[in-house]
Amino acid sequence: MSTESVSKRPAFLDNLGKVYLLYTLGFLGFFALMAVFESLGGSAQAIGIGFLLFTISIYAVIGWLSRTAEVDAYYVAGREVPALYNGMATAADWMSGASFVALAGGVYFGGYPYLGYIVGWTGGYVLVNSLMAPYLRKFGCYTVPDFVGTRYGGNTARLCAVVILVVASFTYVTAQINATGTIAAQTLGISFELGVWLGLLGIFICSMLGGMRGVTWTQVAQYIVLIIAYLVPIIWMSNKQGFGIIPHFSYGGAVARVAELEAQYGLTAALQPMAGLSVLTTPHNAPGDSMSSWKMVSLSICMMAGTASLPHILMRYFTTPSVRSARRSVGWSLLFIFLLYFSAPALATLTKLQLLDPTLATSIIGKSFADVANLEWVKHWTSVGMLAVQDQNADGILQLNEFFMRPDIVVLATPEIAGLPFVISGLVAAGGLAAAMSTADGLLLAIANALSHDLYYKIIDPAASTKRRLTVARVLLLFIGAAGALVASLKLTGILGAVAWAFDFAASGLFFPLVLGIWWKRANTAGAIAGMVGGFASGSLYLYLVFNKIMDPWLGIDDIRFGIIGMSVSVVAMVVVSLMTKEPSKEVQAMVDEVRVPSGKTILSSGH
Amino acid sequence: MPANTKASHQMHWLKTRNLTYVILALWVLFGIIIPWFAGSLNAYSFLGFPLGYYFCVQGSLIAFVALIWIQNWRQDAIDDEFGVGDE
Repeated sequence: MSTESVSKRPAFLDNLGKVYLLYTLGFLGFFALMAVFESLGGSAQAIGIGFLLFTISIYAVIGWLSRTAEVDAYYVAGREVPALYNGMATAADWMSGASFVALAGGVYFGGYPYLGYIVGWTGGYVLVNSLMAPYLRKFGCYTVPDFVGTRYGGNTARLCAVVILVVASFTYVTAQINATGTIAAQTLGISFELGVWLGLLGIFICSMLGGMRGVTWTQVAQYIVLIIAYLVPIIWMSNKQGFGIIPHFSYGGAVARVAELEAQYGLTAALQPMAGLSVLTTPHNAPGDSMSSWKMVSLSICMMAGTASLPHILMRYFTTPSVRSARRSVGWSLLFIFLLYFSAPALATLTKLQLLDPTLATSIIGKSFADVANLEWVKHWTSVGMLAVQDQNADGILQLNEFFMRPDIVVLATPEIAGLPFVISGLVAAGGLAAAMSTADGLLLAIANALSHDLYYKIIDPAASTKRRLTVARVLLLFIGAAGALVASLKLTGILGAVAWAFDFAASGLFFPLVLGIWWKRANTAGAIAGMVGGFASGSLYLYLVFNKIMDPWLGIDDIRFGIIGMSVSVVAMVVVSLMTKEPSKEVQAMVDEVRVPSGKTILSSGH
Repeated sequence: MPANTKASHQMHWLKTRNLTYVILALWVLFGIIIPWFAGSLNAYSFLGFPLGYYFCVQGSLIAFVALIWIQNWRQDAIDDEFGVGDE
């Protein structure tokens, strides 16, 4: 099998452009086919099932073709992924079910402070590029704890990094499996629990056989699906409703109009709140006092530092052929991510305008209650408990505070609100699934690899054979995936809450130990351990106290911003302890010098 | 490693570090300072958007993409100057 894959690889790499162009055309062709099928009377459900089966079978084929028995291919895709494609894979790895499904809804309901996610989840890449990616690539590690273990030496530091990685990534992955399950359940008309396990099966198909190589090439395919699925409905809706051909640069007027309408209707809380559903109470664009500035910026800082320390993102840059291509691929990554992130606020604004503006045919606020309750899309989303209209003041008219919605359905419901055909809803479902699956793949692999490489091979059994190492890695993947699905089926938090926590965990425990490992030669083992343990423990404790309302948040630092506390403790502990203890050995300092030179051999050799 | 290589590597790192500092300063401007003052900036308008809002949803994002590409372009030049470009 391995000789066969060796002879196949170069041909595939030479033809990447052709392969993925053909794939994209094939996907668009399938979309056209489904549109024809709809016009011939095909049902919405049949279209949805068609989209999911078509895309998942393609991922499965890619996963099968990428199977491997080599350590380098399994852990770092053989370090042969060109910058452009690594950029697409990173974008898919990065943009989760939360970005795809929940981001626009968050902007819709959250207003200015929420924009911290938009700025934070893009600005973090500047940190990835300047502080981390090129140096970690030069290092030649397989996993993030691999860097920590080698730079600081000793199993304790490595183990701390493994623990933080597992906690941060596991928090994140349950949210992704949850999203996979939600989409599968709604589209296929099955129960949520069954949807979760089906989604997990799809995730395994991509990652089990080929490890990082399989995940890389499926993620490229998933990026193409998710970006088409995000942009097509926005542009289609904008043209249908007369908001301009490409609305991104021209919705400024809509922002002002929304502010006018909000003032006219009044942003008041619901008379009787409904659990799990929200009414609009935060103004769309009203920054206000310095407290709201602080809320916005503190959220953004946590997300930026978290971006630069989440292992499933950093490990993508281990797969490029060189340091220079690692840097270049960060540039591509952010460009591809930007396409979705600058669309989400446009979508949120235009959807809000469509519901609020009485001069538009789609508006519902201020209309007769009976008419609104009879709309197809209102009935559909009410029937699944994700939307509600209640005439709580009994005046026969729907007020702004009588329209309840779950924030994360904004993206999924927009095509229906705008009266687009079903085929668009099928496309959006396929895109959401691609986003959630690709992130879950990356996260599961990051966890399983850290446990198999750092815990099993480096700490428990350094004499293990290649075959045994890869078997352990795959078995762990299976167990962690199953554990994730089990937790997801308990439905503990909303999609976005858990995602923000993952960033805070990573920022608290890993950000400074990673940055200072490269940028401060004086950083030593004791300091790094203090930084990881101190940051992670203080952040977790603060989260526990604030989330359970045992104490009031300090300065508005609530549970989604606890990274501010963790990072502060981490940097102080790391610097103080490093300075109080002996400086690192000559060899370690020489190693740091070597990491800063882009050319030459990696610090860790291949197959280490 | 020979003394002149060592000196050259030190010079390379000095330039790399300075470039990184400049990029990080601009990152603070677009990622923290401008979003902080979004309220005041909203008094101005750009392309029909309130300016502060524009930066939070588009302007800063474009700046981040540009920062990365510019940094990589300058860094490639520094690497080539000292003969440590790896391609």
